[in-house]
Amino acid sequence: MVHHKECSLLDEHIASNQRKVSLTCVVNGVEICDTIDPTMTLLHFLRDRLKLFGTKESCGEGECGACTVIMNGKAVTSCIILAIEADGAEILTVEGLAKDGRISILQEEFISEDALQCGFCTPGFLMSTRALLDRNPDPSEEEIKEALAGNLCRCTGYLPILKAVKQAAERERKELKK
Amino acid sequence: MDHSNYQSDYKHVGQPYSRKDAQKKVTGQAQYAFDLELPGMLYGKWLLSPHARAKILSIDTSAAKALPGVKAVITGEETDILVGLYMQDKLAMAKGETRYQGEVVAAVAAVDLQTAEKAISLIKVDYEPLKPVLDVDEALDGDILVHEDINELKHVEGVFFPQKDSNIASLNKANRGDVDKALQEADIVVESEFSLPAVAHAPMETHVTIVQADPYSNRIVVWSSAQSPFALRQMLAHSFKISESDIEVNIPFVGGAFGGKAGIHLEPLATLLSKAANGAPVKLIPTREEEFNQLPTRAGMRGHIITGAKKDGKITAVKVVYDWDSGAYADYGVNVGKTAVYSGIGPYDIENAAVVSKTIYTNKVFSTAYRGFGHLETHWTIERQMDIISQRLGIDPLDLRMKNLLEPGSRTISGELISESSGSVKDCLAAVVKEIGWTGRKTEEERRKEWATGKVRGKGFAVLQKAPAMPANTSTSVIMQMTGDGRVKMMIGAIDYGQGANTTMAQIAAQELDLPIDRVEVVENLSTQTNPYDWNTVASKYTFMGGNAVIRASRDMLRQMKDIAAQVLHSTADHLAHGGGYIYHIHNPERRIAYEQLALGYQYPDGSGIGGPLISHGVYMADGLTNLDHETGQGKPALVWTFGAHAVDLEVDVETGSITILKVASAFDIGQVINEKLIYGQICGGVLQGLGSAILEGYKFSPDNRLLNPSFTDNKIPTMKDMPIEVVPIYIENPQKNGPYGARGVAEHPMISVPSAVGNAVYDALGINFHVLPLSPEAIVLGILSGKESILCTDVNCLPGCY
Repeated sequence: MVHHKECSLLDEHIASNQRKVSLTCVVNGVEICDTIDPTMTLLHFLRDRLKLFGTKESCGEGECGACTVIMNGKAVTSCIILAIEADGAEILTVEGLAKDGRISILQEEFISEDALQCGFCTPGFLMSTRALLDRNPDPSEEEIKEALAGNLCRCTGYLPILKAVKQAAERERKELKK
Repeated sequence: MDHSNYQSDYKHVGQPYSRKDAQKKVTGQAQYAFDLELPGMLYGKWLLSPHARAKILSIDTSAAKALPGVKAVITGEETDILVGLYMQDKLAMAKGETRYQGEVVAAVAAVDLQTAEKAISLIKVDYEPLKPVLDVDEALDGDILVHEDINELKHVEGVFFPQKDSNIASLNKANRGDVDKALQEADIVVESEFSLPAVAHAPMETHVTIVQADPYSNRIVVWSSAQSPFALRQMLAHSFKISESDIEVNIPFVGGAFGGKAGIHLEPLATLLSKAANGAPVKLIPTREEEFNQLPTRAGMRGHIITGAKKDGKITAVKVVYDWDSGAYADYGVNVGKTAVYSGIGPYDIENAAVVSKTIYTNKVFSTAYRGFGHLETHWTIERQMDIISQRLGIDPLDLRMKNLLEPGSRTISGELISESSGSVKDCLAAVVKEIGWTGRKTEEERRKEWATGKVRGKGFAVLQKAPAMPANTSTSVIMQMTGDGRVKMMIGAIDYGQGANTTMAQIAAQELDLPIDRVEVVENLSTQTNPYDWNTVASKYTFMGGNAVIRASRDMLRQMKDIAAQVLHSTADHLAHGGGYIYHIHNPERRIAYEQLALGYQYPDGSGIGGPLISHGVYMADGLTNLDHETGQGKPALVWTFGAHAVDLEVDVETGSITILKVASAFDIGQVINEKLIYGQICGGVLQGLGSAILEGYKFSPDNRLLNPSFTDNKIPTMKDMPIEVVPIYIENPQKNGPYGARGVAEHPMISVPSAVGNAVYDALGINFHVLPLSPEAIVLGILSGKESILCTDVNCLPGCY
């Protein structure tokens, strides 16, 4: 006896309202092909489809920087970018910072300078910093502040982050010379 | 900051170790409640009242229920679940009437978030808007009652005192000496009023929660971004009238809390949804906007203060009334109000004092605990007033404070005796004024000269005190286990939500057991099923209480190891010592046994064993505290005071009104540094949060009490561009006899009195006394324009810089 008709997750209203689009991109060096809802944000694509939970959401409106990832070399707030905008793009997330089983210099400096407390904003800060240092390996203090002013942290008071970024920049420059 | 500057006498206590969870946090591995997904999980969404006060005439949920993918729709009509910490004044969902814009009216659970949001948009509510109680003045008039049933509200009796037929959720007071007589006999009497708005905690992870409520039993399982798992369990049990042991609370990594995640928040709503959805786990993720206008805030406050002093600067009387705009529900607000009594005159020895503190209901988003628990607010009153008294008396504000501060032999307003072991606020103040090079206030002439440059420097300072605000019988506990490889794992009932306390606890255990720090670990991801009890992770109490419990657990473990080792080594326990991972004989260190040989029980060469797996525990209960007498406020509320002081050097742009913080020197008498790197983090972070309250943050309401700025764009918190150029931490180490290695807590204190020091420095710069926070550019410019003829041409249309 049927008491109650219930449609499944893939029911008609979802299917009829949502045209799917295909998306191809490279995430942390891996080529991804997927078919997605065109209204899906890049953030939700990374978290819900690729299960890369390192990228966080804190405001959902591009105001806090917690969801920052690097797209084609630029730091972007993935909560206000549609996933389809990343078609053909190269994306780097916090999960892609460590290489060959070793964490990066930038991550090491965040640890040693205690540039994090609760850690929820940390992936965003790391990605904004990564994008900065990739385009400007020797940023001034003002340039660092400018690049990171879009990332909010309620715990650290930012001074330890500033120090970590400066030290990471210096160490990376030394590495490059080698 | 060079963390190697601090020198410790101990091997582990005092070492600037990096926090143990840091690597997980920089690699994206740390899992927060926000990241959890469970099989069969549904997503919840809810409808908020758009009115500050309204009658709910009808709710039509039929279209939402009919939407495919929707598994449950609930409204307040169907439930009577009461929530409330100290006052049972709040329903899990509004019923019949809404009391603030942002109160939950209906909720749904659906297969995904989009479907849940769509369902919410289909719910139709018919309201009859009512005239709201806008502010504390209207509330005190009492024409409209936010809670018409205030006379019947259940509450913790003898601690909180709701006033009959009023909007006062609790009135607490303290009296010492004869204030009125002393005011009459004073050489000068200064009366002032100070106020500050509600502000947001703004944790980066919102109050995410998942609940699975078993439809066939009382069992409820919670995963939550919460800071007090055991208090949450207790209150959830109370709300649903089930046993605490029916409830399991799991806390993964927590993305910031600051007091806003103490107590109970969305868990009852998630429980109702899970029950309605036949036991499926339901995840609630508040948006940032909901975090601002639905979840609780720090209360707004108005402090009215009358101080009497003698010409020589001795303060003889103080009378303060604190009115807390606590919003629609009492939550922790009544306890903030209570704390404002026994800590309400600051760290001063004043013979005649009277404090009245009223936690007041209004039709606004309600308030709760926030880092400092009322002390930033009360010190905004006390420490600005001290500066004004020093101006009136013509005494340097440093000398005025030194003459009146608590010292050994003084008594606090609640009658507590201050001893050598209590720490020294004078040492803190002396250290910070030295650090900023204080030589006295600017003269009017000096101000005028600097004014011409468009920027005026100012220096100011303020002292502070805080003790944990907690019940007199607060306790905590630790279970310690040794693994077969001689390492130690501890389970604690408190949460490390970023303050780094788990690393601190590991250092204390490493010190006690003489083990390398990487062999000691506090188990992450707390569960009330396995971890032992702790009251609440709040109040800067973790280091003090948890540290003492860890010391006891460590000593219990050493005793157990020595008991077994004594048999094996044919000796007695009192002839044995420990070190380097061994129990050894004090006269012959080569007679020894490694910890790992004892960890699971010692095995003799013939295969037989003695002892067994090493498990120890440690508990710590606050000792000697009492409730306060309602009439006099006398009693023993404070387990441990931490005193401190800030000094600020700043620059005011007289054209734009913007303040640049050049330097903040902050000193705290913490007794013993346990981890300098982590304390520095607390100081930098707390100082910047304090600066947020000082110059930036605050809720703004429309004339009908709707929150106008529920976003980071309009309700700004400091960014990297707002941080001070320099923060100088100063650690004063007068040991606390009953503290772990002499230590005191310091998590909240860096935030307290920062606005006061800024306000005092702004006076030094401009010669204008500001009474209302925040000191935004707008407020500063308006202050200049309406303020002093000696600084600005009296023609307000004249361009700045014209004299």
